[in-house]
Amino acid sequence: MTGQPAARPVSAELERLVGLSIVPRRHYGRWVAAAIILLLFAWVVKAFAEGQIAWKVVGQFLTAPAILNGLVNTVIMTACAMALGIVLGVLFAIMYMSPNPVLRGSALFYIWFFRGTPLLLQLLLWFNLALVFPRIGIPGLIEFRTIDVITPFVATLLGLGMNQGAYTAEVVRSGILSVEVGQTEAAKSIGMTRLTTLRRIILPQAMRVIIPPVGNEFISMVKLTSIASVIQYSEILRNAQTIYYANARVIELLIVAAIWYLAVVTLLQIGQFFLERYFSRGRGERRARHKASPGNGAGGQP
Amino acid sequence: MTGRPPPIVVAHQVTKRFNSVRALNGVSLSIDPGMVQCIIGPSGSGKSTFLRCLNQIEKIDGGAILIDGELIGYRQVGNALRALSDAEIARQRLATGMVFQRFNLFHHMTALENIIEGPVTVLRRPRREAIAEAMDLLARVGLTDKRDSYPIEMSGGQQQRVAIARALAMRPRIMLFDEPTSALDPELVGEVLAVMRDLARSGMTMIVVTHELGFAREVAQDVVFMDRGEIVEQGPPSQVLLNPQHGRTREFISAVLT
Repeated sequence: MTGQPAARPVSAELERLVGLSIVPRRHYGRWVAAAIILLLFAWVVKAFAEGQIAWKVVGQFLTAPAILNGLVNTVIMTACAMALGIVLGVLFAIMYMSPNPVLRGSALFYIWFFRGTPLLLQLLLWFNLALVFPRIGIPGLIEFRTIDVITPFVATLLGLGMNQGAYTAEVVRSGILSVEVGQTEAAKSIGMTRLTTLRRIILPQAMRVIIPPVGNEFISMVKLTSIASVIQYSEILRNAQTIYYANARVIELLIVAAIWYLAVVTLLQIGQFFLERYFSRGRGERRARHKASPGNGAGGQP
Repeated sequence: MTGRPPPIVVAHQVTKRFNSVRALNGVSLSIDPGMVQCIIGPSGSGKSTFLRCLNQIEKIDGGAILIDGELIGYRQVGNALRALSDAEIARQRLATGMVFQRFNLFHHMTALENIIEGPVTVLRRPRREAIAEAMDLLARVGLTDKRDSYPIEMSGGQQQRVAIARALAMRPRIMLFDEPTSALDPELVGEVLAVMRDLARSGMTMIVVTHELGFAREVAQDVVFMDRGEIVEQGPPSQVLLNPQHGRTREFISAVLT
């Protein structure tokens, strides 16, 4: 090495440098920014604390029966509409990828229609289905008055679920496409049928790609249920409105609703975290944890 | 007639086209049970395609393939050949085990789960039994301590050995190897070839597409050289590898050896 001899004369200087203490760089800009943000935050908190909000009323209505009832309806609707959306999404994603032109065409039509029209319009269409078909059922076998069948619950479920299915179909399709062909070939080579391959090999791996966007849509759905108030489905926002029409505590009741929405969404986010971790097994993200955990048989790394 | 058993694989005039490219052009080959058949040839010669036709990952356009005396992919109905259903093809695939160039282990399953997946899900065997057998197979490929490792946590050579165990767990009559060492680092090739040698000694019928001429010379009873979708030369390794008759074979072998 040529550097060695040249370095020798300055070794005393180097010794001195090594002895000095290290002072980290000061980020003055960041400190100023942080101070401004804290000030703004304090100002907003103060404004709300002194504003025309009766926090007592908020506390009082937080657990009012009508609000809790609305909360339950919101949660039930979110779960049902997402379940319908995911089932339809998987079904239409598979139809979309079918070589059969009729299956593929109907999936394309479904996605085109339900993604292409406003959700509010779809809800109103379902709710007013009786105007088109006064009676529905299997002719000569069983028949109902449409108005009895399409309750606000059913109309909301169909509207939200069918709309969600159109979006989820695309998410599921991208998830399935993300799994390499080699996985399918290996599944075939051990004698799996197409359906078993999809269920055991493709979908579990596609889930890794599907979960983050579906989690996102789950959270959207919690809030989307609020538009069902226009067709008299008594979810939490509609019940809050009903109360403030009577007592004029508008902001207080909106805050009550906001608190509950945030609570539900927070729970969902926690759930999503664990689901993501489960479906990323064998994909590196869990690798460190897996190796670190004691007592699993993977011990003997060579 | 001698006392020779009937061949376990018969391919007759097999053709396969990818759009306008003729990948297989009238390939005929017959393989006796217990035999190790190596197939060599330059890339694009159709050797992998031929292997993939044998377990119906690719569908043939012409000719016929019989495995264990059974026509694969079709059933004769009157004067026509009718394509088999998905379930029937899946059943026919049980006769062959396949080992892929890129291993293709199921990423979301541990080594053990990969091996028992077929026996449990396809053959509906009791889980406990499948696990016991899988542990024997893991021991056979020397990976007992990897039972709970995911593919990503294993080296290429280890993954390929698990893939061999996964194929063996289905108790196939024939093992197909599609360039099993081509994706491996040079120092990992040996461990996979050792497992394959051991398997050949046990009397398994093996069809091996490979560039490992040393392996072919040592283990194969018969070597086929393919080029441009056709079998150019066939014979015992001492002939095809050491004393090739055709110019194209000679060219290929000298290119691989240098």
